[in-house]
Amino acid sequence: MTLASLSDQLLFAAVVVYALAMLGFAGASASRRAAAVTGVATRERVLVDAGGPSVTAPAPLVTPAAGWAAPAAMVLTVLGWALHLGSVVTRGMAADRLPWGNMYEFSSVAALVAVTGFLVLVLRGRVDRSLGAFVMLPVVLYLGLAGTVLYTAVGPLVPALNSYWIKIHVAAAVTASGAFLLSGVLASLYLLRSRYDERTDVGRAVRFPVSLGRALPAARALDRAAYGVIAFAFPVWTFAIIAGGIWAEAAWGRYWGWDPKETWSFITWVLYAGYLHARATAGWKGRKAAWVAVAAAVALIVDYYVVNIFVVGLHSYA
Amino acid sequence: MTVDLDAVRLSTAPEPVGPVRQRQLLAPVRRAWRQLTSMRTALLLLFLLALGAVPGGFLPQRSLNPVRVNEYIAQHPSLAPVLDRLSLFDVFAAPWFAAVYLLLFISLTGCLVPRIRLHARALRTPPPRAPGNLSRLPVSARWETDLGPDEALQLARRQLNGWRAIERGGALSAEKGYLRETGNLVFHVSLVVLLVGIAVGAFFGFKGTVLLKEGSAFANTVLAYDDISPGRRFDAGNLVPLNFTLDDFAATYGADGKARTFDAHVRYAPDPDSSLRPYDIRVNSPLHIDAAKVYLLGHGYAPEVVVREKNGEVAFDETVPCLPQDTTFTSACTIKVPDTRGEQLAFEGVFTPTTVQNESGNVASAHPAAQSPALTLIGYRGDLGIDAGVPSSVYSLDRRRLVPVDGGRPKLLGVGETWTLPDGRTVTFAKTTEWATFQVTQDPGKGIALLASVGIVLGLCMSLFVRRRRVWVRAVPAGGEDGSGRTVVEVGGLARTDPDAFAAEFDELVERLRARVPGRE
Repeated sequence: MTLASLSDQLLFAAVVVYALAMLGFAGASASRRAAAVTGVATRERVLVDAGGPSVTAPAPLVTPAAGWAAPAAMVLTVLGWALHLGSVVTRGMAADRLPWGNMYEFSSVAALVAVTGFLVLVLRGRVDRSLGAFVMLPVVLYLGLAGTVLYTAVGPLVPALNSYWIKIHVAAAVTASGAFLLSGVLASLYLLRSRYDERTDVGRAVRFPVSLGRALPAARALDRAAYGVIAFAFPVWTFAIIAGGIWAEAAWGRYWGWDPKETWSFITWVLYAGYLHARATAGWKGRKAAWVAVAAAVALIVDYYVVNIFVVGLHSYA
Repeated sequence: MTVDLDAVRLSTAPEPVGPVRQRQLLAPVRRAWRQLTSMRTALLLLFLLALGAVPGGFLPQRSLNPVRVNEYIAQHPSLAPVLDRLSLFDVFAAPWFAAVYLLLFISLTGCLVPRIRLHARALRTPPPRAPGNLSRLPVSARWETDLGPDEALQLARRQLNGWRAIERGGALSAEKGYLRETGNLVFHVSLVVLLVGIAVGAFFGFKGTVLLKEGSAFANTVLAYDDISPGRRFDAGNLVPLNFTLDDFAATYGADGKARTFDAHVRYAPDPDSSLRPYDIRVNSPLHIDAAKVYLLGHGYAPEVVVREKNGEVAFDETVPCLPQDTTFTSACTIKVPDTRGEQLAFEGVFTPTTVQNESGNVASAHPAAQSPALTLIGYRGDLGIDAGVPSSVYSLDRRRLVPVDGGRPKLLGVGETWTLPDGRTVTFAKTTEWATFQVTQDPGKGIALLASVGIVLGLCMSLFVRRRRVWVRAVPAGGEDGSGRTVVEVGGLARTDPDAFAAEFDELVERLRARVPGRE
């Protein structure tokens, strides 16, 4: 087997394992939700029985299935991450260069960064692993898209990309993109959870998709996690744009020229700058700021997919 | 307009107060100014800036590709004039876009100046006195020790290495993380400097492009360029004296037709008096001469065409640059032969580097490399209309007074092949050469922009990753009857950003303090 096909198969395996992890996370939060309902019932019964002669042993709060589903999903995520990393490394070895020379490779590495970010957040206790299903779903879809629509066979670079700046500029861009995508998921989940809280606080019934909020971590934790990821990614993105400018100066004779890719990177940057300011401004904190983060993630996706595929510009390589 | 308000919240500096009457007179102005420099306005302007850039990211822009703008206007005859009136094809030169970013930068400056003054004062002011009740702070600790209050404070102070600490009235005030606000200010000042760098480039910079055939030379004068875009205040006297000769251009391609390398081998004079030196200009390696840079921009083929009179006398012998039409370098050529005996001659042709011919006789190129080059020509005779003094493009033919030769039938010529026209004159495709286009750029503002970029990244990292926090330590003799000789140590801490990380740091600090200022069992 060649390294190139090994890389493809590793990515396929990673997607399958991620998908299994996603099911595990979903199963865990579903049974936890069921357990939460049982827990309420148990408490009520104890209250009713309080005046009676004896209190029965409390029913277990967590069903057996929930006990192992979440850790198993976590193990699967780590396994998928290792396979994914293996795919990226073998791809780089097969091409004999850093593995981010076209859209397929860029997507794969960005997803790897997002999963890494999720694992780091969970291991550092910043967010609960119950988020897993919501993070793995976009990752699986994203990698599926990359592996089918954007797939490119291993090959050398076009001359414009043949520069050591590809290591610096694209490495920074891919790191920031992966982190921004993760922050987009976190901000969306924050919006979901805070809407859920808002509804339940006033005793209103919640329907799908707001009802999904029940399985999510506290709104405050989601907000802080999204901010933490953006605070990490924003300087990296800034650096990516500046490194791109330095490279553009060497390759095209100007450091900035409002090429569509540059324009959308600028829009993305301004929106994330807006998010950081909004989060510190009275009247903008909370949901409004989170909407800005979601809008910024959308601008990033436009910057990447729409500009690369539909808009003619200097970045039209792949 | 700045990322965190901690400095403002944490500051104990008094509000600046001016003379009362002056304040009343200037009240409306002040109100407008406060409105403009408020965070809400700045946020609004930021979002407007992003929104304003969106059409520039979707619609074709004149500054990038005027041809595509014209195509778009032709395709959308009713919509395009409206868009054009709103400058949506020149978004980044539009007055409304300039208004947004200038207002944003005024708002930024209006916010920055007082913040810089405030921060400069904060840097000189010692941390504030300890609050009365340290246990009401977000994090706090308390224990008793046998050491005296002074001794305890001194030991505590030694543990606060790297903090700015001051002892006042039996308590220690310590603060850390001033770099957060410093970074914040550096970041925003750098943004202003970046704008200055861009403006310097736009006013005093120069950009020109020139097409050179293999073997031809270039000397840097305004007239030598095919196309120039000088800055508004650019003086032609500031053109860097440079000259170079294109000896050879070489491109290599993969089997899939994708380009692998481009090399323009030139000889250049580093300064006007020195001898010529070779250099290989490639896509990512421009030639630096003084303040100018020479970039390789594009390339194409230039077949050498020889036209002979009936008696064999050479009427024309030139390499003719043909303009590539597609990725396989099917190229359009226009050949004008004015100096002939009798009627002038002209040819329109297609150059194909790797020639393939379908059944109906149409030629096309299958690959960008010159593997089997051919030149397919249609001849014209008559008056080229270039003696009238009206300027005309070398790439187009004015056919009003021209008659097709041989009924306008195209003639395919391989390298070295000759076409004998009905009147006995001959056209020979002698050989294939190449041309390259170069861009010469002078941007006196880019050094400023680079410096500003360094400030932006450094300032941003400091303002996002440094945490500003305060710690107070108080040591007082314990009251009560059995309190003789004992000291109560109280520690409290406050941080506005990332309280979780601060709580961990605080616990660690308290642990160290307790080890040094041992508690009494």
